[in-house]
Amino acid sequence: MNERFIILMEKFFENELDEKEKLEFDSLLLNDHLLKKEFEEQKRIKEVLDKMKLKNPSKEFWDGYWTSLYNKLERGIAWIAISIGALILIAYGSIQAVNQFFADKQTPLIVQIGTVALVFGIIVLIFSVVREKYFTSKHDKYKEIQR
Amino acid sequence: MIKKILKNPKLTADEKAEFERLVKANMKRAYFAALGFLGSHDLAMDVSQDAFIRAYRSFKTFDNKRNFFPWYYRILKNLCLNYFRDSKNKREVTFLENVKNMEDSSTPEDFVENEEVKEKLESAMQQLKLEDREIIMLKEFQNHSYKEIAELLNLPIGTVMSKLYYARKKLANEFERLV
Repeated sequence: MNERFIILMEKFFENELDEKEKLEFDSLLLNDHLLKKEFEEQKRIKEVLDKMKLKNPSKEFWDGYWTSLYNKLERGIAWIAISIGALILIAYGSIQAVNQFFADKQTPLIVQIGTVALVFGIIVLIFSVVREKYFTSKHDKYKEIQR
Repeated sequence: MIKKILKNPKLTADEKAEFERLVKANMKRAYFAALGFLGSHDLAMDVSQDAFIRAYRSFKTFDNKRNFFPWYYRILKNLCLNYFRDSKNKREVTFLENVKNMEDSSTPEDFVENEEVKEKLESAMQQLKLEDREIIMLKEFQNHSYKEIAELLNLPIGTVMSKLYYARKKLANEFERLV
């Protein structure tokens, strides 16, 4: 498609054509029936588009937008604090439990070996999942769209 | 109390106040941009707010000599693309309203006809590639100037005009197919 025609047509739709450009645009439409056809097609879809607008939420929605965002920010910080607290408590509890478990002389050796294998397996599994997630994020196909 | 919880050592009080001002100044454009991508009121609200939260966390990196919205728009677009990637074919698509149906003079027959046109246009829009839909949304529904679109998409103005033309052409073909 004639790039000059596209620019003139876009300017026409925006009422931005000056006199010289208007004459040039009219001349293109008059002398090339394919361009005229293109113009008519674009005009038709523009007319449909001009009848539509995006749904606008109520005034209350806009009034509450900042408050809602503020609450989300606040909750985000709360979740971070809760997660850190939970991780610390779980880690401390786990260490204490393991210490007591192995300090108990009455626990049979086979149970201790089984427990070590179970914990080792869980740690490897978690490491594998985390590594996979990290690998996926490194190869995200939308990664080039950076903020 | 809330102010204390939100206290972020990275941002000064002035920067937080500036962020609040920028949110209030840009929230409508943000919401409508998200609506254009996602086609759902609830998703548009959630994703536009999530993008503001990310912007808040990275606000230190924002160069305040530049326009806020193009910077924010990249975050928003990234989130919308992630949403598409994670949840294909789960979108509710009702984001337009027919201006003619908001006029008192509209008869019931006109109303039904106008609604059909609206639904067909929404369906046609959904058939477009994301980049075609994006440029139509920015120009035809969010009324951004070519210059603003060029800044948002990081393209020359001539390319914006050309892309808009081809996007409208594809939309016209899809729309004609449905009518």
